[in-house]
Amino acid sequence: MVVKEEVLKKTQAYYCIDCGKCTSVCPISRFNGGFSPRRILISSLTGRYEETLKDEKLYACLTCGLCGTRCPSDVKFEEFIKNSRFEGQKLGNLIPCAHGGAIQSLMRIMTSPSLEQKRLAWVPRGAQIAEKGEVAYFVGCLPYFDAFFTDLEVDSLRIAKSAIKILNRAEVEPVLLKNERCCGHDLLWAGDLENFKRLAQHNIDAIKESGAHTLITTCAECYRTFKIDYPAYMGPLPFKVLHIIEFLIDSISQGKLNFKKTRKKVTYQDPCRLGRHLGMYEQPRMVLSNIPALSLVEMERNQQNAICCGTSGWMNCDAISKRIQSYRLKSARQTGADLLITACPKCYIHFKCAMKDPKIGKELEIEIKDLTSIMADALGR
Amino acid sequence: MAKMKKQEEFEPKIVVFACNWCSYAGADTAGVSKIQYHHNVRLIRVMCSGRVNPAFVIKAFEQGADGVMVSGCHFGDCHYIFGNYQAKERFEMLKRLIHLLGLEKARLRLEWVSAAEGGRFAQVVNEFVEDVKKVGRSPLAPIKT
Ligand code: SF4
Ligand code: SF4
Ligand code: FES
Repeated sequence: MVVKEEVLKKTQAYYCIDCGKCTSVCPISRFNGGFSPRRILISSLTGRYEETLKDEKLYACLTCGLCGTRCPSDVKFEEFIKNSRFEGQKLGNLIPCAHGGAIQSLMRIMTSPSLEQKRLAWVPRGAQIAEKGEVAYFVGCLPYFDAFFTDLEVDSLRIAKSAIKILNRAEVEPVLLKNERCCGHDLLWAGDLENFKRLAQHNIDAIKESGAHTLITTCAECYRTFKIDYPAYMGPLPFKVLHIIEFLIDSISQGKLNFKKTRKKVTYQDPCRLGRHLGMYEQPRMVLSNIPALSLVEMERNQQNAICCGTSGWMNCDAISKRIQSYRLKSARQTGADLLITACPKCYIHFKCAMKDPKIGKELEIEIKDLTSIMADALGR
Repeated sequence: MAKMKKQEEFEPKIVVFACNWCSYAGADTAGVSKIQYHHNVRLIRVMCSGRVNPAFVIKAFEQGADGVMVSGCHFGDCHYIFGNYQAKERFEMLKRLIHLLGLEKARLRLEWVSAAEGGRFAQVVNEFVEDVKKVGRSPLAPIKT
């Protein structure tokens, strides 16, 4: 099998020395004894790669990268999984999707060139936005999440409104793309490379047309996708990509933003895409430290060791996810913090959902806010 | 010249999810009473309107349906008690999603039809087909070859 050679080589799977460190840290393995990254690798290396491709365990991995922090051989396990999912897709695998696959359907709908979305109704009156300009803000799927998860009371659009507020305060009039599409993260990680590329092409074209040379995002996944996957699968981008955290750091150092006192004790959830995938550990903490009177306490497991929110790409949401979420929320509560800060709209949704559990929800409750929203709130009126 | 036969009239593709106990039986009643209705509908029987996961509706649009209707028992008649209330809630959410996608609201419809209302079933379907004809082909429909 030529594919096998290629995937195993590219992701350094051949270097695996069967030590099992990956399995010992993997959050999925911890709650589901049947899942073992080591076993997946070893059986793929010893002639059973095709079985791996058909096994539903291929879709259980969160691609959170925690195993990679321990692997002595530097096996790129999440890359191995992603590439294997591309192969799985060719075999016609059915992907186990949460919400009946509704969200993936929405994303595939967005590949249609003739779509004329009405996705900007949320923009607050008085917000300064432009149709063409140097800086664009990529809203991503927030309007869709906001509609889809009304019952969880997540208000995803608050993140977008907060971003506009921050940008305006820093005297930036961002371009909002009327017809942008999902960045494609979830389809990519489900193995649907073809539709990912379609979405990416739409977005790249739309951004080019807007004349923007900087693109700002408030989502950890959009950020990783634009930063790593667009260049990898679509070629170099004609614009710069910034997470709003980076934009905040710049603007603060230029003295453009001032924050008012916020007497709160907070703890921070490192999203896997921002943390382990891109190494942004310091920056979000630095941004938070600019709010006077705000104190940050760390969870027992933070930064490189942080545990993921338990679901990835709307794929593997099950009892194991719930356990990971409840473990994570309990450790957030143990810090004594009164607010949990997330930097990924999906972490936010997943944690909110766990708190709604009729049985254990009460034990998990903690106020939760996105990093972009707390920064915008601290700017005052 | 065979191709000249009247500028092809647009025939929408319509998916109707009908609950087993009321609306699907309503369609049967229409059938046995020999009441005609537009043949554009593809009727899918589900056990209850509450069974219609939003994903079903979105997927129907993804695959090129020009309109989707969910039909169940009248309030108070659902055989699983609150299934149709759930359907109503989801419908509200779906309306917002459809709007975001830029699809016309005429493409989505929720109806309550009982087993006895054969005539009403036909009427509701006919209305829906006419409405969808007015808004035309779905932008998501695969290009016709
Ligand atoms: S990427 Fe995360 S979920 Fe997947 S095997 Fe590694 S530690 Fe486990
Ligand atoms: S930690 Fe690395 S070397 Fe050890 S079993 Fe896992 S993948 Fe193989
Ligand atoms: S059984 Fe008909 S709507 Fe529930």
